[in-house]
Amino acid sequence: MKTEERDPWLKRFMDNTWLLLVLGVVIPLLSYTLWGWIELLMIPPAPLP
Amino acid sequence: MSTVSTNSAALDSPGADSRTCGTTGLKVCLAAQRFIKLNAVAALVFLLLGGIAAILLALTRWQAVHLLPVDWFYRIITFHGLNMLIFWILFFEVAVLYFAATIPLKSRLFSRPVAWVSFGMMLVGAVMTNVVILQGKADVMMTSYLPLLAHPLFYLGIILVAVGTLIAVFNFFATLFIAKRDKTYEGSLPLVTYGAMAAAVIAVITLLHGAIVMVPTFTYSLGWTPEPDPMWYRMIWWGLGHMSQQVNVAAMVAIWYLIGYLAVGAKPVNETVCRGAFILYILFINLAAAHHLLVDPGVSPAWKMWNTSYAMYLAVLASMIHAFTVPASVEIAMREKGHSRGIFGWITALPWRNPGFSAAALSLVIFGFVGGITGVTLGTQQINIIAHNTMRIPGHFHATVVGGTTLAFMGLTYYVIPLIFQRDFIWRGMARVQPWLFGGGILLVSFGMSFAGSLGVSRRVHDIEYAGAYGPAAHLFLGLMGIGAIIAVFSLVAFVLMCVGTVLFGRKIEGRAMADWGVAESTVEAKPGSLAHAHWAMKGTMALTSVFLLCFAVYYFANWKALADVWPVQ
Repeated sequence: MKTEERDPWLKRFMDNTWLLLVLGVVIPLLSYTLWGWIELLMIPPAPLP
Repeated sequence: MSTVSTNSAALDSPGADSRTCGTTGLKVCLAAQRFIKLNAVAALVFLLLGGIAAILLALTRWQAVHLLPVDWFYRIITFHGLNMLIFWILFFEVAVLYFAATIPLKSRLFSRPVAWVSFGMMLVGAVMTNVVILQGKADVMMTSYLPLLAHPLFYLGIILVAVGTLIAVFNFFATLFIAKRDKTYEGSLPLVTYGAMAAAVIAVITLLHGAIVMVPTFTYSLGWTPEPDPMWYRMIWWGLGHMSQQVNVAAMVAIWYLIGYLAVGAKPVNETVCRGAFILYILFINLAAAHHLLVDPGVSPAWKMWNTSYAMYLAVLASMIHAFTVPASVEIAMREKGHSRGIFGWITALPWRNPGFSAAALSLVIFGFVGGITGVTLGTQQINIIAHNTMRIPGHFHATVVGGTTLAFMGLTYYVIPLIFQRDFIWRGMARVQPWLFGGGILLVSFGMSFAGSLGVSRRVHDIEYAGAYGPAAHLFLGLMGIGAIIAVFSLVAFVLMCVGTVLFGRKIEGRAMADWGVAESTVEAKPGSLAHAHWAMKGTMALTSVFLLCFAVYYFANWKALADVWPVQ
């Protein structure tokens, strides 16, 4: 029986456009946007004179 | 009506709407060709508008000339920023995406109606924004920081451009999907398409930020919702403003590889490493947007340092990989063609009279040596404090976005017009000089801005005489910037006139090869493929990158010295 050899995992990862799309959206969204947003939300309002 | 066609994506299938290129022999999807043309023409129009605005601004910041009154200065700076950084770039990038998804993959474009919707939204949005700015209803600069408030149509225009571009990106990914489904290509994506895919991924998160920030600002401008928090606005806006420039970087690098192949026959020295560098861009380059918030009090030092240093340096690593592999692949190709004299003999034999090649080579040098070195240095949190909001910042990004991206896009245009519009360029002598004029002019602009900024001159200021704080040196550097801008804008106008003139009056080349710009010729000592595994053959590139690292180290530590001088210890 003929068995097809799978590509190495690194090649499969590099060729997986959809996984890269997800990671490319999620990583900056977590590292830059959500983390920064949470820090801004945690600032207490300044008491007005 | 469904926009999804059920016929095969392959361009060589019966009844496919395609033609065969007389130069490359590749199949060209006619639908993609139409939208490459439309987006490229629109891009050139916005480039011209932005260029006219550039000369007005430079002649105002050149204090000895001081051309514009204050209200028109801020109007034109808004106009310049949006046309150059958003409209010219996005329209051209959509053209690049349609090219990269179809011709190298031998696939048709996923959907013509989707492409029409995208183009229509982008065009209406860009025109609407420009009209509102010129009417004086949006003197808020490109960043439009709250609480500055523009006319609602200003925000609506930007939303239309962002959503239209997002639709084009969808069309790109859908084309990749049908090409893979119908097996129009074997194995991995070609490297040029891979680079365009990286640009498209970065564009998705960029445009999402655009929607997140612009929609509530639009509804606020209409009086429907409360004012968004100005600190939140700044953070999310830079998710659009800076990340969009990272789309440029990925597209520009893909163009470097493409032109290296077209002009010299260069093939990547190691495809896996090149693809890995594009993946580092996808994962980490967008974090660099945090540079703009380095002096903001609302976000913590941990957030700033993680996003601008530790994680972002992985994207810097990617740029350094490309900065090595692109010239290394060219060097290998040249040595295999027999140009193997000494360490740098291959450089003198390169096709420097080919405007596509010279534009790409200058783009790489200006982007790396000036834009890259200044960018990493200014993005260091401690050093940023002596540079933030000075002219050093536009000095940096005119080297990356104009000297890097715009020059690379110009270089590609010298191939796009003959191959897609099927007309030979007019004024070929002028074309051979144009990239050198533009690159030289932009270098003067960048140096003038950077040195004036080092002397404390602020960016986005109409008049620096009010404080009486700046001596002759600052004025000298602003004059240098002005002279550079005159040279660069002259070259830009010549470029646009050549492109428009060629599209209208250039000699038609249907069915035959385009007139050759010049490629690297082989000598009698040529041995094709002989150096594929000879690492020593890249010795010229090793020497050049060593010079680069030395320049970087000197500039970086000179800035730490400048920082130390701010608080001298007595």
